[in-house]
Amino acid sequence: MALLEVKNLKIDFLTHDGTVHAVKDLSYTLEKGKTLAIVGESGSGKTQGAFALMGLLPKNGRASGSVMFDGKEILNLPTRDLRAYRAERIGIIFQDPMTSLNPYLRISRQMTEVLELHRGMSHSAALAESVRMLEAVRIPDAKNRVHMYPHEFSGGMRQRVMIAMALLCSPELLIADEPTTALDVTVQAEIIDLLVDLQEDFNTAIILITHDLGIVAGTCEDTLVMFDGRVMEYRKTADIFDKAEHPYTQGLLAAVPRLDRKVERLSTVSYDFVAAKGEA
Amino acid sequence: MTDREPILKVRDLSVEFTISSGGFFGGTKILRAVKNVSFDLYQGETLGIVGESGCGKSTLSRAIIRLLPATSGEAVWLGSDIQKMNSNELLGLRKDIQMIFQDPLASLNPRMTAGDIIAEPLKIHMPNVSKAERATRVAEMMQKVGLLPNMINKYPHEFSGGQCQRIGIARALITNPKLIICDEAVSALDVSIRAQVVNLLMDLQKELGISLLFISHDIAVVRHIAQRIMVLYFGEVVEIGEAEQVTMDPHHDYTKRLIASVPVPDPKVEMERREERRRLRKTAAAAA
Repeated sequence: MALLEVKNLKIDFLTHDGTVHAVKDLSYTLEKGKTLAIVGESGSGKTQGAFALMGLLPKNGRASGSVMFDGKEILNLPTRDLRAYRAERIGIIFQDPMTSLNPYLRISRQMTEVLELHRGMSHSAALAESVRMLEAVRIPDAKNRVHMYPHEFSGGMRQRVMIAMALLCSPELLIADEPTTALDVTVQAEIIDLLVDLQEDFNTAIILITHDLGIVAGTCEDTLVMFDGRVMEYRKTADIFDKAEHPYTQGLLAAVPRLDRKVERLSTVSYDFVAAKGEA
Repeated sequence: MTDREPILKVRDLSVEFTISSGGFFGGTKILRAVKNVSFDLYQGETLGIVGESGCGKSTLSRAIIRLLPATSGEAVWLGSDIQKMNSNELLGLRKDIQMIFQDPLASLNPRMTAGDIIAEPLKIHMPNVSKAERATRVAEMMQKVGLLPNMINKYPHEFSGGQCQRIGIARALITNPKLIICDEAVSALDVSIRAQVVNLLMDLQKELGISLLFISHDIAVVRHIAQRIMVLYFGEVVEIGEAEQVTMDPHHDYTKRLIASVPVPDPKVEMERREERRRLRKTAAAAA
């Protein structure tokens, strides 16, 4: 049985100007311990599609379809029931670590809280476990730094803290929403390499949501390309990079300048396929 | 290129800030954001400046047009020292050197229409141009950057990010500048829009013969657009050279690490690069 099975997920937002269909039809399957990249540009629905799994849609969002996690339907569960999944079985990391950490609380408090609440651990045991997790994400001097406030960390270190927090309860699934977009290129590579290592160590399934096809290449087994709320292409990553089938994927790949290749002129993405399918 | 005189000569330019060292009794310390930077820029050339956040790339560009005071060193524009210019000469300098910023929406005045935004530099730098002439030039410029004439009365929030950046480019070009400083000008754009804006900048440069200082954290984009690349690290120039040479055969350890970090959209290549990165990190850790 697959760990996660998303079928015909649809997300609508009710706004003053009418209904916006953010996700029109999204289906995918993720096995235990596997990795999936969801790639798309802004407005493609990639983030909302993942937020819906965790019941994190804004108040005006409506999701329909089916999301089976470990054999149970979790879409639109009441918050009370979702708590058993959040943090414990599904962890999430957001793009901007500064806004998702509480600036008033020490890292130690924010981490131990999770373990005390979800695992019923004593404070000292929770603290020891938090330090161990910070060491696992390679934060130097974790023993002392666990008592620092979020602002005392650099952007890359903060994102490591977020990853450590997300992994505290050893979730079976980790959703990483643009985890490196706000970071420098060298730090981005460190964080992505770290995620790959952790995935191997903890055998956590990962959904990596990104706009950057580049970071997907060496990271995820499967790749799903989204545009305008729909799946454009969903295959093995190696096959997509070897020979992209959908014109949108081909366009995205060709529009990014590559360090290992020189082109005179960047090609731009053609949206002819939208008209061709009569979906414009 | 060496037999020509550069339009911009920067020599040992340093910029320092006095910052609070923290604590209640407020001692101060000096932060050296840009340290002894020297380079030449020629007419029609694109020089890329890369480095991570906080390395001084933006501070350097602001010091060149004197939006920030330099602490020492000099920047010479067409033979005259920018630090010694009077307000009249500065006005002329800012007509010649225009800037395009990162956040396309935040850098446009939300209460002005696209047409007014593009026309504003003309009013300031060429007050003698008649209203009719100004309207013609704005219309021409909009067409040049790929905006439709009927967009002239729209406000910034009615445009997409890519269109806002086109407005920024039109505004920068309207005074016929000799140099445009692009400060992370394409970093906030989606992949497909970014390719369009990069192509537009390259086309306009070819057509108008302007120079570009292209500041970015993305060395792949910089390599594509620039003939030469300068790498800044903690305020210092660690490497400067032909784009091809810097990206294919980097000398400084930071440049090597930066290039190894750029993701390559090829699974096999990327696996090998991950190993290379692990090795470089170990070396860096051992050195520290």
